[in-house]
Amino acid sequence: MVNKEKSGRLFWMLFKATFVLSAFTFGGGYVIVPLMQKKFVEELKWIEADEMLDLVALGQSAPGAIAVNTSILVGYRMAGLLGALVTVFGTVAPPLIIITIISYFYMNFRENPLVDALMIGMQAGVAAVIVNVVIGMVSGVVKQRDIINTLLLLAAFTASYFFDVHVVLIIFLAGLIGFVNLSYQEKKGAIK
Amino acid sequence: MIYLQLFWSFFQIGLFTIGGGYASLPLIRNEIVTNQGWLTMQEYTDIITISQITPGPIAINSATFVGTKVGGFAGAIIATVGTVTPSIILSLILAWAYYKYRDIKIMQGILGGLRPAVVALIAAAGLALFVAALFQSGGTAIGGITINFLAVAIFLAALYALRTTKIDSIWLILVSGAVSILFHLFS
Repeated sequence: MVNKEKSGRLFWMLFKATFVLSAFTFGGGYVIVPLMQKKFVEELKWIEADEMLDLVALGQSAPGAIAVNTSILVGYRMAGLLGALVTVFGTVAPPLIIITIISYFYMNFRENPLVDALMIGMQAGVAAVIVNVVIGMVSGVVKQRDIINTLLLLAAFTASYFFDVHVVLIIFLAGLIGFVNLSYQEKKGAIK
Repeated sequence: MIYLQLFWSFFQIGLFTIGGGYASLPLIRNEIVTNQGWLTMQEYTDIITISQITPGPIAINSATFVGTKVGGFAGAIIATVGTVTPSIILSLILAWAYYKYRDIKIMQGILGGLRPAVVALIAAAGLALFVAALFQSGGTAIGGITINFLAVAIFLAALYALRTTKIDSIWLILVSGAVSILFHLFS
């Protein structure tokens, strides 16, 4: 671990980052992943880009909400078990508070035109953040000039977006292809 | 007793939601509407709608909603804790294994394949959200497609700001919401 300093300040920053990300994440689990990428990799520089992708893959493999799992993994990475508990609390606190309030008067809330306008604007903003992160991530893979990885990216995208193939199946097959690919390249290297 | 039942029901929902988010919907309907009768079908549909316009994972949102209805605020907390308990246990086991074994050859091969796939999954989810935000919600219908021009304008301005400045993403999202409200009020 790069950051061993388990001070109160680190815990506070972990809580604040996950609380704010969760509070502004509309539209389910996948939305928070690029936002976390931007926060922890680009803005705070706490985690390497590749390591973050590994954590996201693990978060998708464990049961439960992806946002919750990924925040647990980031918390564990930064500050061990206690860090994981801090980040999971930061992630569930905003929906817990907001839904508790809304559950008392939910129909009025949904039909309020100002709420509707706010949602439209914020969703457009979230879309911009995600498109920006995705551009960076995709060009990162393409720039490796590894034909297998680029094909894997295209195949996984097609399977997920156009054919609704289950995420767990995609993750499993990609891991298998990666393993076979590495074994094959080593074998080829050994023959030379 | 009701608290124990809440915890156990949502523990199971958390445990069997594999692949995230919307995978939990049939589980929630089966356990909460059919088995326990804690929500009517109408209330179940409402909580899905609310989840789409409020932040946070849908499993946490429904746990809070059902918990509040069945056992007040304490019920909401217990249902939420039940939902995340399997996540905490299993994610920590995965994290431990990852940091212990990530440098061995087999793991490097597997992770090498996973990274482009994860980028693809995020891109696919991002594209779905992009389409929903700009071409579906409350827009103008033109030749078979619905375009929300305000959302498109906010999107383009926000993307430009992200590419040219170091603006914090959360601030950008808040400003986008504020611009939309101002436009709504003055148009």
